[in-house]
Amino acid sequence: MEFKKKTNIKLSIPTASMPDIIFMLLIFFMVATVIRQYSGLKVELPDAAKIQKLAVSKRHISTIWIDKNNNVVMDDIPVKNIKNLRNLAYQKRAADPQLIVSIKADKYTKMNTINKVHQELREASAIRVNYSALPGEF
Amino acid sequence: MIIGKKKEKDVEIPSASLADIVFLLLIFFLVTTSIDTEKGLDLVLPPPGKEEIKIPKKNITNLFINAAGQAMIDNEVVDVNQLAGIIKEKLFENPLLIVSLKTHKDSEYNVYVHVLDQLKKAGAKRISLADPDEE
Repeated sequence: MEFKKKTNIKLSIPTASMPDIIFMLLIFFMVATVIRQYSGLKVELPDAAKIQKLAVSKRHISTIWIDKNNNVVMDDIPVKNIKNLRNLAYQKRAADPQLIVSIKADKYTKMNTINKVHQELREASAIRVNYSALPGEF
Repeated sequence: MIIGKKKEKDVEIPSASLADIVFLLLIFFLVTTSIDTEKGLDLVLPPPGKEEIKIPKKNITNLFINAAGQAMIDNEVVDVNQLAGIIKEKLFENPLLIVSLKTHKDSEYNVYVHVLDQLKKAGAKRISLADPDEE
């Protein structure tokens, strides 16, 4: 029995809509990108086991860096006198009610500074905090 | 002088390279996007104000951290790593328990985070920070 040769069908993936797909991807990444990036201070984060992701997107996060020499920086604004933190935090909180303050403190920082920062944040009503930590079991 | 009508030309923006340009932009945004999410321990600080909320004494456990990095719970020094177990037991006995955490000013942040971690492990939701002692 002889098989009939099949007719030649031209197979090709349609590429006409490729730019549209790329555009869609482009728009996704443009929206997802937050250009704002702070350099902060050099800190050695503590580690903890029960860490969780921050509940809000990056836009609602303010970061306070505290290094072991008790330098405090909030979103790249150096805080010379810890009392000034209240104003700064209050403004941020007023501008964004969903604000979460991420505290990136060095693990050898004394609690004295941390407690002062706590007090200032409380006075500024920025009471949702997150202590940045690295995953790890101690 | 009569200006002659110009020859009609087909004016067109070349769109052949459009896809390339978009690709370039796409790659730029791909590279600059940092998907890494920050992780850490959540805590809600006590609201501001001096007024005290009356809580029955039996619902409070006091937890102190001293300068040497030791933890003391209800006047008993315990190992930080055993805190989770102790708190869990206490929570089992009294689900309304509030852990009041107080730290010495010379204690290290590291110890504080470890203690918080232990409290999270034990499932303690009600954590309060005691005002530091006035100097």
